[in-house]
Amino acid sequence: MTSPSAPLPADAIEALEEASFLRDTVRAFRKNRMAMVGLAFVLLLVLGAVFAPWISPHDPYRVALDEQLLPASTTYWLGTDNFGRDVLTRILYGARISLVVGIVPSLISLMIGTMMGILSGYLGGRTDFVVMRLADMMIAFPSLLLAMVVMYTLGANLLNIFIALALVGWASVARVVRSQTLALREKEFIEAARANGTARITVMLRHIFPNVVPTLIVLFTLAIPEAIMWESSLSFLGVGVQPPEASWGLLVAKGKEYMFQAPAVAIAPGVAILLTVLAFNFIGDGLRDALDPSMKD
Amino acid sequence: MTEDVVISTRDLTRHFRVGGGFLGGPARVVRAVDGVTLDIRARETFALVGESGCGKTTLGRVMLRLQEPTSGTVAYRGTDLTGLDEGAMNALRKKLQIVFQDPYASLNPRMRVGEILAEPLRSHGFGSSAEIRERSAELLEMVGLRRQYLRNYPHQFSGGQRQRIGIARALANGPDFVVCDESVSALDVSIQAQVLNLLADLQDQLKLTYLFITHDLAVVRQFADRVGVMFLGQLVEVGRTEELFAAPLHPYTMLLMEAVPRPDPHQRGRDRPILTGEIPSPMNLPPGCRFHTRCPFARDICRVEDPALQERGGRTVACHFPLNG
Repeated sequence: MTSPSAPLPADAIEALEEASFLRDTVRAFRKNRMAMVGLAFVLLLVLGAVFAPWISPHDPYRVALDEQLLPASTTYWLGTDNFGRDVLTRILYGARISLVVGIVPSLISLMIGTMMGILSGYLGGRTDFVVMRLADMMIAFPSLLLAMVVMYTLGANLLNIFIALALVGWASVARVVRSQTLALREKEFIEAARANGTARITVMLRHIFPNVVPTLIVLFTLAIPEAIMWESSLSFLGVGVQPPEASWGLLVAKGKEYMFQAPAVAIAPGVAILLTVLAFNFIGDGLRDALDPSMKD
Repeated sequence: MTEDVVISTRDLTRHFRVGGGFLGGPARVVRAVDGVTLDIRARETFALVGESGCGKTTLGRVMLRLQEPTSGTVAYRGTDLTGLDEGAMNALRKKLQIVFQDPYASLNPRMRVGEILAEPLRSHGFGSSAEIRERSAELLEMVGLRRQYLRNYPHQFSGGQRQRIGIARALANGPDFVVCDESVSALDVSIQAQVLNLLADLQDQLKLTYLFITHDLAVVRQFADRVGVMFLGQLVEVGRTEELFAAPLHPYTMLLMEAVPRPDPHQRGRDRPILTGEIPSPMNLPPGCRFHTRCPFARDICRVEDPALQERGGRTVACHFPLNG
C-alpha cells in the first residue's frame, strides 16, 4: 500500500502510472531467474541462426560421401549426417526456419483464436453458434489432411506453411478463450461495466482480454513446439520445407533412419527443440507472473 | 403515490428456461420474478428481503435491465425502460447504478483504481482525461479513501475498502437510483456498520434512492424506510419498516423475523414458531398460495386460490388470512 504523501497533481499521477506499469513489469520479469535464462537462450539461438554463416566453418549443403555418419569430433562437434554434412551447422541453419515456423503461425492462430473466442463467448447467440460450428469443423477435419491440402493447393513455401498452421491452430485456441470468456462474463466487474453503459467492444478489450492473457501465454508456449512438429510432419510428407533446406523437424525425421549408427543426427535437433520449448516455457511463466498485478508485491 | 416515484414496475416477470434443447426433452421454466408491481419513491431506502433463491437479486437486475424482463414493464421517472434501444438505455445508465455483493469479484483485478473509476466517466463523455482524473480522485475522497489510491490495484485493499471503491464507481456519473445488492453482507460486522453509514451519508448528500437487497433483517430495520418481502418471485408484503416489524401481516414475514436469533436468553422462548420445510421448487410451484406448504395457518382456500396483493391500512399483503389484522 502506498504510504500517505502530499497530493500529487492529476497529470503527474497519470505520467507516473504509465511509466510504472512497464517498469514494474520489467522489474518483476527480471527478478525471475528461470525466465531470464530462457530469454538468454532464445536470444543466443536467434543470434546463432542469424550469424550461422559466420559462426560455422562448414557448409550446411555440401555433400561429402566419404564423411558419412562420423561420430562427434573436434572438427564436427556433433558428427555428420548421412550425406557427410555437419550436424551442428545444420541445426543452426535449421533454427532459422524452425524458430520462424514455431513463432509466427502460433501468433497468427492465437490472434485469430482469441478474437473468435472472445466474440463467441461474449456476444453469444448466433455469433457463438456460427463461430463454434466453424471451429468444430476445423477440429473434426483431420488437421494433417487439411494442412496438406493447403500446401498442395498453394505450393510448398514458408508463407503457405504459416497459412496452413494458422488454419489448423485457431480453432482450439478459440475454444479455450471462449470458455474463459463465458466464465468472466458472469463476473460482477463485467456486470458493473455493463451497468455503467460501457460499450461492448470496450468490455471485451479492457475487461475480458487482459484477463485472458495469462491463458494465452500458456497456449503460446504450448503452440510453439506443436508448430515445429507440424512443420516437420509436413516436411516429412514432402509438402513442407524441401531438402536440402534444413529445419529441426526435418532433421529429426531424416535422422531417425540412422538412429543406431549415429544417434546424434536425430537426437541433437530433438534436444534443440526441447531446449527451445523449455526456454519459451520459462519466458511464458515469467511473463505471466510479471503481468499479474497481484504478484508484484 | 404517483408523485416522485423513481422506479415503478408493473407486473414484472423474469423467467429462466432450464434444460431442454437439442435432445434434453422439454425445457422447464423457473419463475425467478413472477409479477412484481412496485413503486420506489424518491430518496427513500426500499429494502427487499427474502430467503436465497426468492428472486430478489434477479428483480434488482431486471430493474436496471442488466437482465431483460420476460414481460411487464419497468419505468424510471415515467420513462419505460423496457422499450428503449441499447443507445438510449446506456445513456440512462448514468442515473441507474448498482453496488455489488462481492467486493472481490466486482473490481477487475487487472485495472488500477484510477482506471476503474475513469471507465464510467469515459463511457458517458465526462471530459478531458485531466478532468476525469480529478473527478476520480474526488470520488475516492467522497467514499473516505485517499486520492493516492488511484494508482493501486484492487488486491491491495481490504474488503471494506474495495466495497468503497465499488460505491465510488457507482456514484461516478451522479446517479439517482442505486441498487445495493447484498452490498454489505460479505463484510465484517464492524465494517458493515461503516459502509452502511457511508451509504446513508451519501444518500443525504446526493439525494439518492436506494433499493437495498438483503437477507439481513437487522440491517433492514436500521436502514430502510420501507420493506418488501419476497417469496418465490412475488412480493408477499410491502410496508413501512417500523409497522412491518411491529406487526407483520403475512405469516412468512412473521416467520422470517422469528428466525432472527435473539441475543437475550430470557426472550428466547421455547415455543416460538419456526420456519420449517423447504422452499417449493420455483420450477414446480404448488397450486394456490405459494407459501401454503410451509404456512402454519394454511386453510383449504390457501391450497386452491392464489391470494392477490391487497391494501390494508396503507400496507399491502398477499394473504387470505393476514395476521394482526
